Amino acid sequence: MNYSLLAPEMLIALTGLLLLISGLILAGRGQRIVGIISVSLLVAVLLLVVTRFTESAVYFNGVYQVDTFANFFKALFLIAAILVMLSAGKYTERFEQKQSEFHALMVFATLGMMVMAAAGDLITIYIGLELMTVSFYILTAYLLNDEASSEAGLKYLILGAISSAILLFGMSLVFALSGTTVISEIAGQMSRQPALIAGIILMIVGFGFKIAAVPFHMWAPDIYQGAPIPVTTYLAVGSKAAAFAALLRIFMIALPLNQFNWSLVLAILAAITIIVGNLIALNQTNVKRMLAYSSIAQAGYILAGLVAANAYGLKGVLFYAMLYVFCNTGAFAVATAVETDTGSTDRAAFNALGRRSPMLAAIMTVCLLSLAGIPPMAGFAGKFYLFSGAIQAGYLWLAFIGLLMSMISVYYYLLVAKAMYIGESEREDTIDLRLPARFALWVCMLATILIGVYPAPLSNLAQIAIQMFL
Amino acid sequence: MMSSLPILSLTLFIPILGAIVIMCLPADRHKPIKYVAAVSTLLSLLFSLWTMINYDLTIGGMQFVERIPWIADLGVNYALGVDGISLPLLLLTNLIGFSAVYASWHTAARVKEFFALLLILITGVMGTFVTTDLFIFFLFYEVVVIPIYLLVIMFGSSKRVTKEYAGMKLTIYLLIGSAFLLVGLIALFIKAQGILGFPSMDIATLAKVNYPVGFQIFAYVLMAFGFGTLLSMFPFHAWSPDGYAGAPTAVSMIHAGVLKKIGGYGLIRIGLFILPLGAKFIAPIIAVLAIGNVVYAAFICLSQKDLKYIVGYSSVSHMGYVLIGIAALNIISINGAVMMMFAHGVMAALFFAMIGNLYEKSHTRNVSDFGGLAHQMPRLAFGFMLAGLASLGLPGTVNFIGEFTIFVGAFGVYRVISIIAITGIILTAVYILRTLGDILFGPRLEKWDHLQDLKGPEMVPLIVLGSAILIGGILPFTVMDFINSGAGQLLSHIASIQIGGIF
Repeated sequence: MNYSLLAPEMLIALTGLLLLISGLILAGRGQRIVGIISVSLLVAVLLLVVTRFTESAVYFNGVYQVDTFANFFKALFLIAAILVMLSAGKYTERFEQKQSEFHALMVFATLGMMVMAAAGDLITIYIGLELMTVSFYILTAYLLNDEASSEAGLKYLILGAISSAILLFGMSLVFALSGTTVISEIAGQMSRQPALIAGIILMIVGFGFKIAAVPFHMWAPDIYQGAPIPVTTYLAVGSKAAAFAALLRIFMIALPLNQFNWSLVLAILAAITIIVGNLIALNQTNVKRMLAYSSIAQAGYILAGLVAANAYGLKGVLFYAMLYVFCNTGAFAVATAVETDTGSTDRAAFNALGRRSPMLAAIMTVCLLSLAGIPPMAGFAGKFYLFSGAIQAGYLWLAFIGLLMSMISVYYYLLVAKAMYIGESEREDTIDLRLPARFALWVCMLATILIGVYPAPLSNLAQIAIQMFL
Repeated sequence: MMSSLPILSLTLFIPILGAIVIMCLPADRHKPIKYVAAVSTLLSLLFSLWTMINYDLTIGGMQFVERIPWIADLGVNYALGVDGISLPLLLLTNLIGFSAVYASWHTAARVKEFFALLLILITGVMGTFVTTDLFIFFLFYEVVVIPIYLLVIMFGSSKRVTKEYAGMKLTIYLLIGSAFLLVGLIALFIKAQGILGFPSMDIATLAKVNYPVGFQIFAYVLMAFGFGTLLSMFPFHAWSPDGYAGAPTAVSMIHAGVLKKIGGYGLIRIGLFILPLGAKFIAPIIAVLAIGNVVYAAFICLSQKDLKYIVGYSSVSHMGYVLIGIAALNIISINGAVMMMFAHGVMAALFFAMIGNLYEKSHTRNVSDFGGLAHQMPRLAFGFMLAGLASLGLPGTVNFIGEFTIFVGAFGVYRVISIIAITGIILTAVYILRTLGDILFGPRLEKWDHLQDLKGPEMVPLIVLGSAILIGGILPFTVMDFINSGAGQLLSHIASIQIGGIF
């Protein structure tokens, strides 16, 4: 068997270990170059994944699969990790001597996500999930002397453990009925039974927690607000996408719709998520918290694509997950810069940003508009795919709710724009950014605009990646 | 065809190019920034005039076509082209865009942001008129909303309502309208894909499909929501007067002048063209709502004291004529509706330019504060009179042509509604003449002696828009020939695909 296609995972694992060791070797001032090492290694792995995008292989009788779908998500996680590490920049100084562990944990979380996307087996998915979440438990509480951060870490640990248990329960029911945990074999061995429905519902609940779908979203705002901002970013972007990757693979392959119409359940969940996420976001005054609620709503939009379960919808899921990386990372990166500068992420801290740093304000505006789905930003093209899929599958009402609520969401995004452009602030000095952070921000903005204006390349990639589900 | 030069792309993207140049200039170089804005809008204006002169009326149809495949799996092409209906509106956009730059010549703070956003806005509006692809149309349609919001909150004025309120109200109204529209468009796209067997966003291709009647009604209702909100159709008009009052002059000009017309254009080009049976079913409802526009808004006008609110409500009222023209569904009334959109555009833009100029100098817009301004500011008074007389449809102005044609076309279809609507002309005369009399004529007020009359760059809007009003009014065929050719082909296409014909 040719194991060379597993090279990305192996290299990532090695990178993580290397970073842990570097904490011992590069003590003191040496900590500064840890970021550079991890970013450059991740870029190397990303190149490896991209150059071998179309190659595929099945390992261990279907337990682990390298295919275009997995590769698409691996590239997504790596891009997200790289952007987050670049934009974290000055913020990581708060971690003092613990920078290498921070980067190592980020890399391990990435490895967990990659395993989730490529796993062809329920147990493997669960292992990937736990690797990712355990890394995040630690990362969330990484600001040791910060009460909010510790509280967030503990909350995430408890709630995360419960949700993992529920997910595992669901998986075990499916296993009990089908006698296998290999996803591609489950469908053939099952019949319609009440226990199956229970299993599916429990899995939806478990994954619903990971993607922060309403009503399993309660943890998200506190944890997003309390965690160090780069961690929040990666949590919002990466862990959500990983959960979607696993959801897609399990539900599209293992659980055919004719046994139990889970798509209606997901549709209702998506609708509630979109409505509640947006409505609560309306009156948030803290930008980090507002972004947390908005990312709940975003998960609802993506869920609509899975509900549709047709070419447009699934393509939309992948397309949206990728553009979401850019615009959400961009928005959080600006928030990181503002928090580093002013020590707060209240909306008032963004006042006069348009004068103090026009570039940051412009990037924030572009990213928020993309989240709101206003053309010509990428978010519009993404929503177009998602809701075209939903309407094609007969879920007109869901598309209606989604599009209406995304227009309403413009209100709270524009409040930030308003603070930036007409808010008054005592400070007039410009916010200085390090070169890597500046670079990451430009990448986020340009990608958001380019994908929006010319979506064809990304949509082609997504098309290749979902081919196996159709 | 006439040349391989992508003339429409040039017209469309020169303002964007200007905006990029402006963003690269240092913020304190006010003069160069303004010149860049003026030159880029002038170039677009000249290009659109060139297009109009070189358009071959004997052939008609879409000309200057450009087509580049854009998103294959959605059937989207970057497709541009103009016909007799879009040409006058393209010209209108550029007339107003060019004038708007000069109407804002005295902007002193944040000049860079102002002109960059203004140019993006102009491109957005233009894009909706020159594209023949539904996806690209919607893209441009929504692109305009955000620059407007930023322009209103940064440069607007807070009088009766704060500019923040006005900006947000306008934005949310239009976006919610566009959400309905987008649902309609996607449903249409999916339906057509099911019938055609391949995805297409090309408006002409979508128009060839025979949709079931029920679906047509459903989709048309959604579109009527979206486009109706933009056109300030009663009862979705509430954003319009507040929005104009809060907005800076240039935005009021573009908004009342052309942006609203995207609604009417969309109802004709997309609603009527693609969904004729839906349009026919909904038309009587639109005609009744139009009465609300014409009469109700006119009565509100009678009691307004702020100049911008008067013009704001009067534009809601005049959009009622356009709606009646669209609802009557015959070639004469459609001709009239398009003509009226052009006419109202230049008239409203001129009105707002004059009001903006007066407000800039006097810092008030209350009718009761003024009197006898014709003594101190004869040129401004001329502008006001020209806009006012055009507004009440005086023969010799382009507005007369529009209103007259609409009612000739609509009278046979909606007799009662037409008669009620014609009273709107009388009401317009009442509030316009009363207002103009109050502010322009009468004894000279000494407190306004310090006001300077229009001069230099301030004359540009008056000359450009004033000549459009008069040329269109005295030589109506310069515009009407185009509209007639475009509307004629549109309606004959509809008749040809509907077996048995519906008209």
